[in-house]
Amino acid sequence: MATAQEIAAEEFSAVVTKHRPQIFRFLLSSTRDIELAETLTQECFLKAHRNWASFRGESSAMTWLMRIAINLQKDYWRNRRMQFWRQTRTNSVDLNEASEWLPSGESSAEQQMLAKERVGQVWKAVEGLSERQRTVFLLRYVEEQELSEIARQTGLSEGTVKAHLSRALGRVRAELGGRR
Amino acid sequence: MNQEQSREQDPEQDAELAQALGDFRVSLHAWSAAAYSGPRVMGVARKRVWRQAAGWALGCALVAGGVSAGGVYEHRQREMKIAAAQATAEHERQAAAQRAQLAREEEEDLLAKVDSEVSREVPSAMEPLAQLMAEDETR
Repeated sequence: MATAQEIAAEEFSAVVTKHRPQIFRFLLSSTRDIELAETLTQECFLKAHRNWASFRGESSAMTWLMRIAINLQKDYWRNRRMQFWRQTRTNSVDLNEASEWLPSGESSAEQQMLAKERVGQVWKAVEGLSERQRTVFLLRYVEEQELSEIARQTGLSEGTVKAHLSRALGRVRAELGGRR
Repeated sequence: MNQEQSREQDPEQDAELAQALGDFRVSLHAWSAAAYSGPRVMGVARKRVWRQAAGWALGCALVAGGVSAGGVYEHRQREMKIAAAQATAEHERQAAAQRAQLAREEEEDLLAKVDSEVSREVPSAMEPLAQLMAEDETR
């Protein structure tokens, strides 16, 4: 007969297996640093594990985990800005390297090159976004979350989410416009 | 204006924007999947261990270098002090020898002067008496 603790451990283990890749992807897109994304993902699940008993299931596990991840990356960016003299070292890959990742599919070499260029421009625009704009933009266009879900994850109102998205898209459009 | 706003909120109306966002999503998913499935954690851990080990080795080398350089410097300073003391002592010894030589020469000059001034030849009138004294002494 399994104890309540064992059941909780099994449940948590299933949550980790299910959501870890998505949390990692969000943190990778936020930081563009594989090593840091791994560290923050581990931290996220460590925090979640510590507070697993207090998780009442009022929101989905994913919403709860994403909220922790958002706060972790927010803390990271704040620390980096405030303590830049302590954390000058960064392993973020440059925009060109980040734009390399495109599955070849069936498109021609020219199409691949154009796609790579477009991805590079989106990365460039993302780099210029504020922390909130970036988070909202990545949750919407990389994680494909609904606006209401983004509002729950970020703790912002839907109107604010829309406003941040609009500004972020404006930036991306301007970046793409420079190429036209 | 309204059309512009709706365009900003709905990228589907802008084909190029929609295409760019789609490519961005696909690219990030591919990158994340590759990074996630790769042996990153071990690699990172090993890289960190190596980085730490290299850091320690470099630190130890610097400390050892600093200590030995300090030792060599102190040794050189001590040698230089000893050499300086030896040179001073030698110099003083030579000066003392010179002074002694001068004093000896001065003394000899003085004695010669006294000799020449005090001793006189016997006057010719006293010569017979001097001879008598010499004969007495031989007897």
